Amino acid sequence: MKESLLILVPLVAAGAAALWPHDRTRPWFLPAAGLAHSLLALWLLVHPPGAPWHPWLGYDPLTRAVLPAVSLLFLVCAAYGVSYLRLRAERPNRVFVAAFLAALGLMSAAHMARHLGVLWIATEAVTLSSVPLLHFNNTPRAFEATWKYLLVGGTGIALSLLGSFCLGYASLHGGGAGDLTFAALAAQGAGLSRPWVLIAWVLLLVGYGTKMGLAPMHTWKPDAYGEAPGIVGAMLAGGVTTVAFTAILRVRAVVDAAGAGVVADRTLLAAGLFSMLVAALFLLSARDFKRMLAYSSVEHMGILSFGAALGGAGLWAAFFHVWNNSMTKGALFLSAGNIRRASGGRTIDEVGGMSVVTPRSSALFMTALFAVTACPPFGPFFSELLILRAAFSTAHGWSAAFMLVCLLLAFLGLSRVVFAVVYGRPPRAARDLGRRFKETLPVLVPPLVLLVLALWLGLATPDVLREAWSSAVGQLTSTP
Amino acid sequence: MSGALDLLTGLAMGLSLVALGTSRLPSLIRVAALQGVVLGTMPLVMEHDLRAMVVVVALATVVMKGVVIPVLLRRAMRTANIDRDMDPLIGFLPSLLLGAAGLIGAVLLARWLPLLPEHHESLLVAGSISTVFSGLLLLIGRSKAISQVCGYLILENGIYMFGLLLISSTPLLVEGGILLDLTVAVFVTGIIVDRIQRAFDSLDTRKLTVLRE
Repeated sequence: MKESLLILVPLVAAGAAALWPHDRTRPWFLPAAGLAHSLLALWLLVHPPGAPWHPWLGYDPLTRAVLPAVSLLFLVCAAYGVSYLRLRAERPNRVFVAAFLAALGLMSAAHMARHLGVLWIATEAVTLSSVPLLHFNNTPRAFEATWKYLLVGGTGIALSLLGSFCLGYASLHGGGAGDLTFAALAAQGAGLSRPWVLIAWVLLLVGYGTKMGLAPMHTWKPDAYGEAPGIVGAMLAGGVTTVAFTAILRVRAVVDAAGAGVVADRTLLAAGLFSMLVAALFLLSARDFKRMLAYSSVEHMGILSFGAALGGAGLWAAFFHVWNNSMTKGALFLSAGNIRRASGGRTIDEVGGMSVVTPRSSALFMTALFAVTACPPFGPFFSELLILRAAFSTAHGWSAAFMLVCLLLAFLGLSRVVFAVVYGRPPRAARDLGRRFKETLPVLVPPLVLLVLALWLGLATPDVLREAWSSAVGQLTSTP
Repeated sequence: MSGALDLLTGLAMGLSLVALGTSRLPSLIRVAALQGVVLGTMPLVMEHDLRAMVVVVALATVVMKGVVIPVLLRRAMRTANIDRDMDPLIGFLPSLLLGAAGLIGAVLLARWLPLLPEHHESLLVAGSISTVFSGLLLLIGRSKAISQVCGYLILENGIYMFGLLLISSTPLLVEGGILLDLTVAVFVTGIIVDRIQRAFDSLDTRKLTVLRE
């Protein structure tokens, strides 16, 4: 029963925030609900509940392995959000706060979904609740980004609904009852009609892959991440993508039980490598430092997909990487948000020398760059190392080499932009604007906390997390 | 029973073709709405014993797709003060021909797909595939935001038709949730269409080109 609070607390807080009369105090709902959610998620991480609470929803090992990361990221973003919304006092924040909280509740529901239909409903609802977050800035550019997000994301999610129905039909055709819970589908296993399973897999991979941002379905990402406020970008890159990733993993487990696991792994591998390649190539020519973060996200989604394709140790490392991705992406987005606000620009043609204007945010941005590009001793280094090791031990040496080349290119692309933003001479306008932006603790501590967490994950991965990832791997690879 | 269902499916397939061939936005909205109503009545002729929930979902579909969504779209259209999709990316005749080809392809594909014996003679699978295809064509081929939303609706209608194959096994709570999500989606899209119109003074999505590499 406790796990239902993970969904209800944010949704109730969203309702309360929508009714709350004062713009000035409303943002405090964010950290309050975020704290309650994190405490609960971490408590359930340490004390996992026994049987799932409901056949359709439950805090199962897979949820346990990833949801606490999303919850922690939300808490940090919420803390940042209070000062952010104070800086943006000219914009009414009723819809923003309510939608942000609702998104957290719906993301929890999507992580906990054990039924294909419920999973779809929750994912679609997450998409819709993030629409008002994307156009918070109310500029034409923001509306353009929102439109593309709705159209590309909507089409993708529609295809995943078709895929869900196809999987249901696979069950009917195989003589089953058409029960869409993952447990029932996996139990039917080889009884599922193979052609329908394969059609369903393609549609679901395209659908949830769009949400996750795997290339070539990533086209909405740069626009959305470039125009959204920093905390929204962080939640999209570290939370919504995780929802889609767990969705794909749950479907893959069914496809695997149906005896088509090899096909599924091969497509995941191809999608992962292609995403890394596309991301690396676009990063090499990126000039906008917020859009750049979107391509970095595409790259990391590729790494997750690659890790999942390797199964076993690779999948374990992918869960590790989910945590690292959430923490480092959060730090990048929040520090980039500071720089964006202090400089007033978005491309390296307009922004430079920020180490003079905002020294602390620049230092954080630079450190986050090293963390996200897998420099030791940050977490991503270890998770990517484990994925590479899994690749070599499963005779995917060429793929691993390909991944290394892409990582190198991505590092070159990212560091080129970050160095251009941080070093050099600041334009005059930036100096004047930057003087008005105060680097106060509330905008510096949140990204710092995320970086410390990324460091801690790398240096001393807690045993409880290791165990949680192992049991999630067990849940996904056990054949009934 | 299955005769009535096939008649409705055929009607829905024809409506997708009409949608592909029309340039006037009001008629496009009307076609999408009519298709929604046709779909809404399908569960009623499919089920032998009418459960109360089936009737509720059918009624909700008719009201949402036939009344609420078209009203929303028409209002967005009126504020935007346009009623024609003048120069689509894929012309009306080519898209009509493509749609017809897609229809034939869908019938052939449905024949090739392994189906349950009771679905062998039904048009439902072919109708679903061809409607999804028409919806995608509209989404890609049209340049006005409202036509693209109609394309999205027709795409959803095609998926809904496929979902009818599972109607006896899917819990109606799930169906209801899906329907609610779709309505909110169109509602949200309507709001964004309205904002785009104000911000860009146009609903031509080809003008949305500020964001690019």
